[in-house]
Amino acid sequence: MTAAAEEKGNGSIAVRTDNLCRHFRMGESLIPAVDRLSLEIRSAEFVALLGASGSGKSTLLNLIAGLDRPTSGSVAVQGRDLATLGRDDLARYRLRTVGMVFQSFNLIPSMTLVENVELPLRFAEVDRAERTDLCQKALERVGLGARLHHRPGELSGGEQQRAALARALINQPRLLLADEPTGNLDSQTGREIMNLLEECNRSLRMTVIMVTHERSLAERHSERLIFLADGRLVDDRSAAPASLAPREAR
Amino acid sequence: MKAYDVTELALRNLRESVLRNSLTTVGISVGVASLVAMLSLGIGLQQLANRRLEKSGLFDTVRVTSRRDLRNLTREGGENGPDAADSPPLNESARQRIAQLPNVGEAYPEIRFVTELRFEDRPHLSVVAALPSSARTTDAFEGLEGRFFSSDTAAEAILERSFAQRLLGSSPKPGTNDSRPVTALLGKPLTMRYGERTALPSATAGSADQPDTAYSVTARYQNLTIVGICDLDPDSMRGQSRARVFLPLKLTEGLHVMDPSNLRDTTNVPGSSPTYSALEVRVDSPQHIPPVEAAIKQLGFETFSLLDATKNLRQFFAVLDLFLGIFGSLALTVASIGIINTLVMAILERRREIGIMKAIGATDHDVRGLFFAEAGVMGGFGGALGAALGWALGHIINGGTNLYLKRQHIPPAEIWFVPWWLITSAILFAIIVSLVSGLYPARRAARLDPVEALRYE
Repeated sequence: MTAAAEEKGNGSIAVRTDNLCRHFRMGESLIPAVDRLSLEIRSAEFVALLGASGSGKSTLLNLIAGLDRPTSGSVAVQGRDLATLGRDDLARYRLRTVGMVFQSFNLIPSMTLVENVELPLRFAEVDRAERTDLCQKALERVGLGARLHHRPGELSGGEQQRAALARALINQPRLLLADEPTGNLDSQTGREIMNLLEECNRSLRMTVIMVTHERSLAERHSERLIFLADGRLVDDRSAAPASLAPREAR
Repeated sequence: MKAYDVTELALRNLRESVLRNSLTTVGISVGVASLVAMLSLGIGLQQLANRRLEKSGLFDTVRVTSRRDLRNLTREGGENGPDAADSPPLNESARQRIAQLPNVGEAYPEIRFVTELRFEDRPHLSVVAALPSSARTTDAFEGLEGRFFSSDTAAEAILERSFAQRLLGSSPKPGTNDSRPVTALLGKPLTMRYGERTALPSATAGSADQPDTAYSVTARYQNLTIVGICDLDPDSMRGQSRARVFLPLKLTEGLHVMDPSNLRDTTNVPGSSPTYSALEVRVDSPQHIPPVEAAIKQLGFETFSLLDATKNLRQFFAVLDLFLGIFGSLALTVASIGIINTLVMAILERRREIGIMKAIGATDHDVRGLFFAEAGVMGGFGGALGAALGWALGHIINGGTNLYLKRQHIPPAEIWFVPWWLITSAILFAIIVSLVSGLYPARRAARLDPVEALRYE
């Protein structure tokens, strides 16, 4: 565990993987995307998963998100072993516990921003009157108050990612998973998105796990860096030598 | 997800591919329209036949005769009731007992005799029949020119058209109306010459069970006014004995006409309780014919009805409806394949969207419900549109048929009937067929792996 995490003093484990394996069959051969991976991530930690393409970062994120199931080993989030959950329980877990942000934003193009953000609330069976208010506030919080009824195609990449973030946060999840959130954005917009993620982590005390290629961005905004190669954990350390210093000072 | 949200999302998804979904919906509507059209044709034809049969009065009537009657001598024993020897006479008290049986509307004597009628001092021989006032609703009087009897005792007569033409001194030419209209006879006097039977005081003393039978027959004249001209004898199945002149029942009963063609009549004693050769019993509905017949047989009389003919007719129409329904459903079957195709295409197109929905918390049930709702909405719209189309088609064909019938100088007929239950059933059936068609695509969408779906471009 890193010094930064210890310093937070929260103590509770948000995510724990134990000998986690996810193998894919490609013809005759078996590809270990995640291989005997064991790690712990504490609540309210901001963790960056780094590694080359094919190192297993996104697969690990999908396993933590409950989108995929391990071949062996276990992944537990807030004490619940995801392998023991049925399809419906996993869907409810994704709805209530996890918020996801993707590199390609994954907004539904035929829906307006409000409708996109409203979708998780529909699945959570929140009343219509309450939904409208919550969506408006969520989009205003990410600076899109004036774009409520625009479709994703009418917005810039940064705006789309902010809308995706608003959607990920609408059900107030405990865990925010971001898969290359700045991958399709210019550096300035990327920094803005990272600031928003950092704010979520800090103000809402939300655990953030982010997959990224950009080490500098990870060092600047996250507390802990986990390096993967060939599906294995190769390094796990605090974000920078000066990581004890507050992140805003970096 | 709440049902309202599912429906709202389904509607907005359908709007996104409006052309394809509209074409699928039109496919369903054509299927439903063909189903509605076929079944309403079957129902229309059945109703037309039923109406005709009901109006003919043949299928709700039981003809009652005494087992003592000469015509029944060969039927020794019978199915129910006593032997011919023990059968009671068919007199006024028997008529009243029969009239009081459950489901019996009325029981009236069949009075039918051959006699002479004088019009403008020329004699004409014809069969005369007595009619109860209930006969006015039968189809024989549908095209009645003039009016029906003003009362059951009125000295009025209704003539059959060909007889009316005979009175006017010309025989009808096939396919054409006579130059002198038969309506010229309305209000004109007609005199009926008949033999009245009157009981005579007995010269010798007979025993109580074997009374002496003495009566006189006196030639009488009854002046009548012609009030109506009809096309058919309401009891037209009688063939040769078809009546040409009709009189009110009570009036005719009071005349005590001697019918020399009825052998029994010659030995019956006319008196306070007349004896009838036959009674016509009108039952409130054809389905009550069997119990009424059984009850009359229990009283010791012979019965005859045409119910078996309606049974066969119902069977025929049930089979016809079934076949028409099957042919109509074929188009709906093709339409259901269209629904499956549309929804499977939608899954392919919206694969990523399904992945996104699953990633943000949609359950399999939510996704399945969404595709089900889309199928159901298409079915509902298609069903409603199809029912309206079928209804409109029915009206057009009815109109066209009647136009053709009019040109052929045949009275118009409703051969097409779309009942409300058919409209609602057709819409419900379309929804059910659509939902069944949506089963496979909905299941397929629900089982999509979200990671695979999110990778899909």
